[in-house]
Amino acid sequence: MAQMGLRPKIIYNQHYADKNNELYILKKLNTMANLKEIQDFIRTVSKIGISEVDIQTDDLKLNVKFPAGGNASIPATNEGFQLPAYQMPMLSGMSQQMGTPVQAATTTTTPIEYRSEAKEDEKKYLTIKSPMVGTFYRRPSPDKPIYVNVGDEITKGKVLCVIEAMKLFNEIEAEISGKIVKILVEDGSPVEYDQPLFLVEP
Amino acid sequence: MFNKILIANRGEIALRIIRTCKEMGIKTVAIYSTADRDSLHVRFADEAVCIGPAPSAQSYLNIPAIISVAELTNADAIHPGYGFLSENAKFARICTEHGIKFIGPTEEHINKMGDKATARKTMIANGVPITPGTDGLLDSVEDGKREALRIGYPVMLKATAGGGGKGMRIIRNEAEFEHLWNAARQEAAASFANDAVYLEKYIEEPHHIEIQIAGDQYGNVCHLSERDCSIQRRHQKLLEETPSPFMTEELRHKMGEAAIKAAKAIKYEGVGTCEFLVDKHRNFYFMEMNTRIQVEHGITEEVTKLDLVKEQILIASGAKISQRNYYPQAHAIECRINAEDPFNNFRPSPGQITGLHLPGGNGIRVDTHVYTGYKIPSNYDSMIVKVVAVAQTRNEAIDKMRRALDELVIEGIKTTAPLHQQILEDAAFRAGNYTTKFMEDFEIKNPNE
Repeated sequence: MAQMGLRPKIIYNQHYADKNNELYILKKLNTMANLKEIQDFIRTVSKIGISEVDIQTDDLKLNVKFPAGGNASIPATNEGFQLPAYQMPMLSGMSQQMGTPVQAATTTTTPIEYRSEAKEDEKKYLTIKSPMVGTFYRRPSPDKPIYVNVGDEITKGKVLCVIEAMKLFNEIEAEISGKIVKILVEDGSPVEYDQPLFLVEP
Repeated sequence: MFNKILIANRGEIALRIIRTCKEMGIKTVAIYSTADRDSLHVRFADEAVCIGPAPSAQSYLNIPAIISVAELTNADAIHPGYGFLSENAKFARICTEHGIKFIGPTEEHINKMGDKATARKTMIANGVPITPGTDGLLDSVEDGKREALRIGYPVMLKATAGGGGKGMRIIRNEAEFEHLWNAARQEAAASFANDAVYLEKYIEEPHHIEIQIAGDQYGNVCHLSERDCSIQRRHQKLLEETPSPFMTEELRHKMGEAAIKAAKAIKYEGVGTCEFLVDKHRNFYFMEMNTRIQVEHGITEEVTKLDLVKEQILIASGAKISQRNYYPQAHAIECRINAEDPFNNFRPSPGQITGLHLPGGNGIRVDTHVYTGYKIPSNYDSMIVKVVAVAQTRNEAIDKMRRALDELVIEGIKTTAPLHQQILEDAAFRAGNYTTKFMEDFEIKNPNE
């Protein structure tokens, strides 16, 4: 039971390979219903503090449960964590200590092949980890460009992101050179010490 | 009442605090270094965040990281435990500045009691007896002799820059003053390049007896009686008990009142402890005040049926204390078990615990953060288990502790449990006849020889 870390980090970090799951499911949903509507719906519902949502239409069956006790990780006032709506409770599959497990929308096939592919490649990559606790941002400020994208070549010393703590923004520089293969944390989410941030192909 | 408390500590005390928070329905946030990833307090907390690498300076003492976590997790209070930042005035202030309640005294209280000179002045001003001594440094041997007469022999001549017993001399009468004065100052000059000295009354074979107090935000203070902590090795407590075998009702009343006076003088908020030295005539002298919860708080809890961590949280959230004092309703002894080899000069014994059986049964309380398979990191203090035995009488408590230590099994590392077993067999200890000199004279029997 990996009850460690801040909940959003768990949701993301636990199975970043689930991104592939997500994409697959969303592709399916896209053909069935308006994805944006579903995203907005989930986002709204989470803010209100409802504990369970059940939707059934001709093409779609959706059941979403939120952790018991309201928004421990999804603050109603929207302070604290910022998570992209589609990722929020829908696809973690992770049960929290006393909360209820979150269930994904139903689909007929599980894309396990995506997951194992991702894990294979993973082994030859290096991980850049967070040197501090704070909030991870991909740009120096909202109006400035993103520091790095997947596919970018980086050299030692290049600023990859900023981590904000106590109102101070700390530029995080790369200690290695290579190509960014994956960005493991969502823009604006909290990170802890040693948390993997980037996968790099050296 | 607080919604979420961040515990800025580790080990058994972090677990202790989390337990009370759970009982009170308060959410908990644990912080941990990379060395403590598998620690029990991390698993028991509702949320846990890694804040740095193993060295304390970069983790448990890392104020910005800790405040960061409090903000990210929306914690509204921080409990600092003992050690680490618990008596760090700057940390207390920073918490306040960030709208986080520091569960403990204020920055001011910590400063007032942390600075020994200020603390002494405060005590004098409030009629609390302190170890008599000079008001500053001595100018000359004549000055010294004059002060020694005023204070009363025997006296201790101490180097102001001193430590580790260097530059100190016990002077028992005026005849030997000049000779020892020269010796002490020479040693001080050689060891610290500073031969300035001052005098304190030498308290012969003192008992270290401390009084637990609690003060609320409204100026009310009460005491919870004493703990005898005279069994120490190199100023580290090994075993504590309450009530003290040396205590009398009259002395408890006097010391309790003195401790309350001391706390009221600075309008102390929170749970704290006044440490006293008591001489063989039962004269007591204020030594210092600890503005935090102490390792040995459990024995006071067991004999008063209170939860001191809960009291801390209640006081911090604005509750009023009852204003009555609390007296021991039973007898409790605590043994601090460390991961050290008592037969090899107490060499630290970090490593993995391969087998663990903790004692239980009537009257036994165990506070620990270790479990089978736990790897003791080498970066932090070596205390791993606290065993408390409670019974109606002191002899029964000793019997229970002996039984509990016989039952205790910790495999894979060396611990000081065998030393405690020997202490409990000692005749002087059993008679309740001991002072801070006890461990100096105690002969540890090495079973391997």
